[in-house]
Amino acid sequence: MSGWTHHLIIAPILVPLVVAALLLFFDERQRVVKAMISLASTLILVAVSLALLRIESGPNDFEGVYLLGNWAAPFGIVLVLDALSALMLLLTALLSVAALVYSLARWHAVGAHFHTMFQLLLVGLNGAFLTGDLFNLFVFFEVMLASSYGLLLHGSGPLRVKAGMHYIAVNLAAALLFLIGVSLIYGTAGTLNMADLAARIPDIEPDRRMLMEAGAGVLGIAFLIKAGMWPLCFWLPTAYSAASAPVAGIFAIMSKLGIYIILRLTMLLFGDGPSAGFGADVLLYGGIATIMFGTIGVLASQALGRLAGFSVLVSSGTLLMVLGINDGAISSGALLYLVSSTLTISAFFMLIELVERGQDAGAIVLAVTMEAYGDADEDEPEEGDGVTMPGTMAILGICFAACGILLSGLPPLSGFVAKFAMLSAMMGTGAIGVPPTATVWVLVILVILSGIAALISMTRAGIRTFWSSLEGTVPRVLVIEIVPVMFLLFLTLALTVQAGPAMRYMDTTIRSLSNPRIYIDAVRNAAPIPDYDGAASAEAGGK
Amino acid sequence: MELVLATAIGVMTGCGVWLILRPRTYQVIVGLSLLSYAVNLFIFGVGGVKTNVPPILVDGVSTSTLADPVPQALVLTAIVIGFATTALFLVVLLASRGLTGTDHVDGRNDPK
Repeated sequence: MSGWTHHLIIAPILVPLVVAALLLFFDERQRVVKAMISLASTLILVAVSLALLRIESGPNDFEGVYLLGNWAAPFGIVLVLDALSALMLLLTALLSVAALVYSLARWHAVGAHFHTMFQLLLVGLNGAFLTGDLFNLFVFFEVMLASSYGLLLHGSGPLRVKAGMHYIAVNLAAALLFLIGVSLIYGTAGTLNMADLAARIPDIEPDRRMLMEAGAGVLGIAFLIKAGMWPLCFWLPTAYSAASAPVAGIFAIMSKLGIYIILRLTMLLFGDGPSAGFGADVLLYGGIATIMFGTIGVLASQALGRLAGFSVLVSSGTLLMVLGINDGAISSGALLYLVSSTLTISAFFMLIELVERGQDAGAIVLAVTMEAYGDADEDEPEEGDGVTMPGTMAILGICFAACGILLSGLPPLSGFVAKFAMLSAMMGTGAIGVPPTATVWVLVILVILSGIAALISMTRAGIRTFWSSLEGTVPRVLVIEIVPVMFLLFLTLALTVQAGPAMRYMDTTIRSLSNPRIYIDAVRNAAPIPDYDGAASAEAGGK
Repeated sequence: MELVLATAIGVMTGCGVWLILRPRTYQVIVGLSLLSYAVNLFIFGVGGVKTNVPPILVDGVSTSTLADPVPQALVLTAIVIGFATTALFLVVLLASRGLTGTDHVDGRNDPK
């Protein structure tokens, strides 16, 4: 862990932060320069997160604890890289490249400071995945939310402003709950460091424990709002379907951030000891309610955007249910499902805009926003590159079918592999060999039913869009718009082909998560770098 | 002292919750501000209510006679972030007022 590789841990936060600041120096008219800098930043992030993932899963024990300010663990803020956060970093980086390339076709030009806000969103996301401190998590959460407010409103228009207002109001209230939860935990446990907190929880006396659990519950509500658990999810489909396509594409990871934090904190704080299993029932029954609500929503949606929004809820519901059961083998299947469904939903959001471009309603809205915020010369590159090739509809149709297959969990793509891994673990054919309980049967039925609902709805929408829209014009689609969608779908294909190594990685991740001692000891034993310390004290002595 | 603080937090939270459930955007933003004041006071409260004690560690002085500096640092951060997000919400509120011509949270006109 010596040398520069250790400093790579902070790169996912620093790179987009520096780039976001740098981009402010350029005028909006220097769009190409801004786009190139922004793209370079996301590509660096992919490289960095790949390197981190490789080092993390490498043979030698990588201690991914980074002491900010060189202060030892409970006093200073720490960044912690483990298998789970490395995975989430890579997923974020891949999505960000796809969404950014997609936005270069037109969306980045319809309002000011798109690239700056995009990079700041990445700062918030990466920071939240890496941090090992509850209050620092709040700060990164707010960085992410503040830029997501800007991105959601990007492109303006009454629909976006209305959805944005609801989104901001809900999230401001959630941020206040977050603060109440964090301060209750600090008041009872006397620490904000996650590892230190996990080590101290067994020693909290019973009357204070109740307050601490209340704090954790309030904190959990803040994350469940983000993850979209029923009944905290009514803002989500509206906000996601109102956002512009590349923004919705990157928002797909934001609901997974809520899931990530709940997974991290429940495994770390409530894995064993006197508070073991705290909140598991809420997650289980909340997840069941969410998946039912999402399934009904998927069946009932008329517009494709809302269909995708409800798919986010189905995915969140499935993951929350699994977190509620908290069983090793099922959880590792669920992690694969998390990756697969995030890629799918992101690709689907971006695809929807391309498909609906051929239809009138979407085109009108876009024309209005372009008129209000874009320049007249925006259409010019399309004349050259955007040839209305006869194959356009075919390519869009294939991508749409792939999304449908992924959402419903049919073979051969990764949606099937992930659901198969979860279901086979649930039914006990795996290593456990325990016959499933009634609750688990309910989950199996719900997962399968939600898949059927997705299949029905996607087929219906596909027929309506591709087979019976003869009167609609063929949408003009740029190559750089369809390539990101195909890239994300290709990743799901790669995930299917490499399902073995992927599942092994998920298994290792869940195993290390279910042994919180590893995390706690790594953070507590991380020593400040003596050289700096020695130099600092020598300097202080000299003065 | 504790009673006064607890009452203040309770009253502000109650008013804030009532206001954010109202249909006018202005009421919502005032409600959110009140709630954030209540939360800020609450964060202060969890460090223990002490008056006239410094948060500075001195040799030979027991820590029980000192104020806890962490909630003070937390509350500063929370104030700054809360202020910024409220300002941002105010802008969105004005944009919504301009686009829809009404200050209803759903952009609806009043049922007269």
